[in-house]
Amino acid sequence: MTVITGRPAVRVEPGIRRLYLRRQLGLFLLLVPALILLLALFVYPIARLLVTSVYDQGVLTLQHYERIVQVDLYLRVMRTTFTIALQVTAICLLLGYPLAYFLSSVRVRTARLLLILVLIPFWTSILVRTYAWMVLLQRQGVINRWLIELGLIEEPLRMMYNRIGVLVGMVHVLLPFMVLPAFAVMRGIDRDLIRAAQNLGASPFQAFLRVFFPLSLPGVAAGSLLVFILALGFFITPALMGGRTDIMIAQLMEDQIRTQLNFPFAAALGTVLLAVTLVIFAVYNRLLGLDKIFGGSVS
Amino acid sequence: MTVQEMTRPGVRVVAERRTKPPRTIPWGRVLLALFSAGVLLFLVAPVVIVIPMSFSAAKYLSFPPPGFSLQWYQNFFARADWTSAMIQSIRVAFTVMVLATVLGIMASLALVRGNFPGKDLINAVIVSPLIVPTIIIAIAVYGVYARLQLVQTFIGLVVAHTVLALPYVIVNVTATLRGFDIRLEQAAQNLGASPLQTFRYVTLPLIAPGIFAGAVFAFIASFDELIVALFIAGAQGRTLPMRMFEGLRLEIDPTIAAVSSLLITFSVLVLLSAELVRRRGRADT
Repeated sequence: MTVITGRPAVRVEPGIRRLYLRRQLGLFLLLVPALILLLALFVYPIARLLVTSVYDQGVLTLQHYERIVQVDLYLRVMRTTFTIALQVTAICLLLGYPLAYFLSSVRVRTARLLLILVLIPFWTSILVRTYAWMVLLQRQGVINRWLIELGLIEEPLRMMYNRIGVLVGMVHVLLPFMVLPAFAVMRGIDRDLIRAAQNLGASPFQAFLRVFFPLSLPGVAAGSLLVFILALGFFITPALMGGRTDIMIAQLMEDQIRTQLNFPFAAALGTVLLAVTLVIFAVYNRLLGLDKIFGGSVS
Repeated sequence: MTVQEMTRPGVRVVAERRTKPPRTIPWGRVLLALFSAGVLLFLVAPVVIVIPMSFSAAKYLSFPPPGFSLQWYQNFFARADWTSAMIQSIRVAFTVMVLATVLGIMASLALVRGNFPGKDLINAVIVSPLIVPTIIIAIAVYGVYARLQLVQTFIGLVVAHTVLALPYVIVNVTATLRGFDIRLEQAAQNLGASPLQTFRYVTLPLIAPGIFAGAVFAFIASFDELIVALFIAGAQGRTLPMRMFEGLRLEIDPTIAAVSSLLITFSVLVLLSAELVRRRGRADT
């Protein structure tokens, strides 16, 4: 607080301070309803979930976690989940990086128009998109019929109810989460740096590899981590397009609650999933803020 | 075009540019553009293909459709299990939108204008429903609801969905709140406006685009939500995504093509209107 004359400072400051505190209190009260909602329906339920996973019928126990590690079926589910998440992230990277690079190199108007094409599926229900892929990929589906008519194959390919179906469906859902942060970072890269590198004798490829690529890494890393953690918790796509033996952790959790009625075990699975998610997310948050993706605007 | 021309070092291209404009086709860029077009096609084609399918005259899935028919739309609107699910979804999503928008505006004001301990932590908690896998939220809330007998209630579903929708409102509203000049509010108050009047006549019109976008996303977040609903809505309060999920799990019911087309049209309209409002908002300021 800047005080010009010495005298009023003694008298005014407590008054201003009180006013300031009252205003802050008023503002804090505005937050209270949202806080209550989050505490009651997010923080408390999840805390209770964590407790349930180690505290069963009055005793502390790690038996549910032991079960995850000891039973082959559950270990396989864990492995499948991580493998699928890694595969989806890798494919999203391969498809998303060039697209983001292209979008960041065309004129702003063109980029905005093309980004709408990325955002339309982004805001379309996952169920609608899964349905579309089922139409395309099933035995009598569009792709198989076209391939047969073209004479490329004789027997319809199995592209659904197996890993291929899950990967295609999940990549389609998660690709925008790779493209949007990568694009946001790439657009901020000063193109003069690449021109400078080329003037100094670098080939276009060298300029890309040694200048542009390192600068784009924060966006790529953020996109990859986001795709990976979202993929870990996927349920709808593997449930509808996956094979019976290719089960992911969220499906196992749903099954444990709805058919096995084993809440503590599902809670233990949930805790593992949550722990992995939060660790990766902490890394993510350091690289790039959340608002880059969920602001939802085209710009 | 020879390989030599393509792989020519950049230095020489730059040096030659002064004398004559380069006539070479930039093959790298052409390839990149083609690849990007392919990826965009991969993203959009499945969404687009559903629409002609929904007008198919065939009794089973076939593409291109053999003839034009509205049978799947008729089927959708004639069957109570579909229409009641749609009405339930609209009711839930609308209530969630109102609730999340009101709570979200209040919380955003506090988070942007306020200065109190723990603000960063509160911020982190508010956005975390976007990151925590929905299946975890679903079973956690289910565990609490089962005790309180809130499973299969309208209010239970609405409140749970509000938690998921709130971050969208807050992210959008805080973004617009940070973007405008706080001196406008101060000027209004100096001229004698009460805090409420200031909010109503100065702040609210300025952040309206953010509120609109947030409200739209809140509606969609609830309207499209399946996993939480699957656990707590019950057969009586079945939402549209639940009905679609059943339809896809048992057999691939072509009625879903009609539902999907309606939903796609809806989300495109919503996206366009959000974009228009945002542009107008920017033109005003």
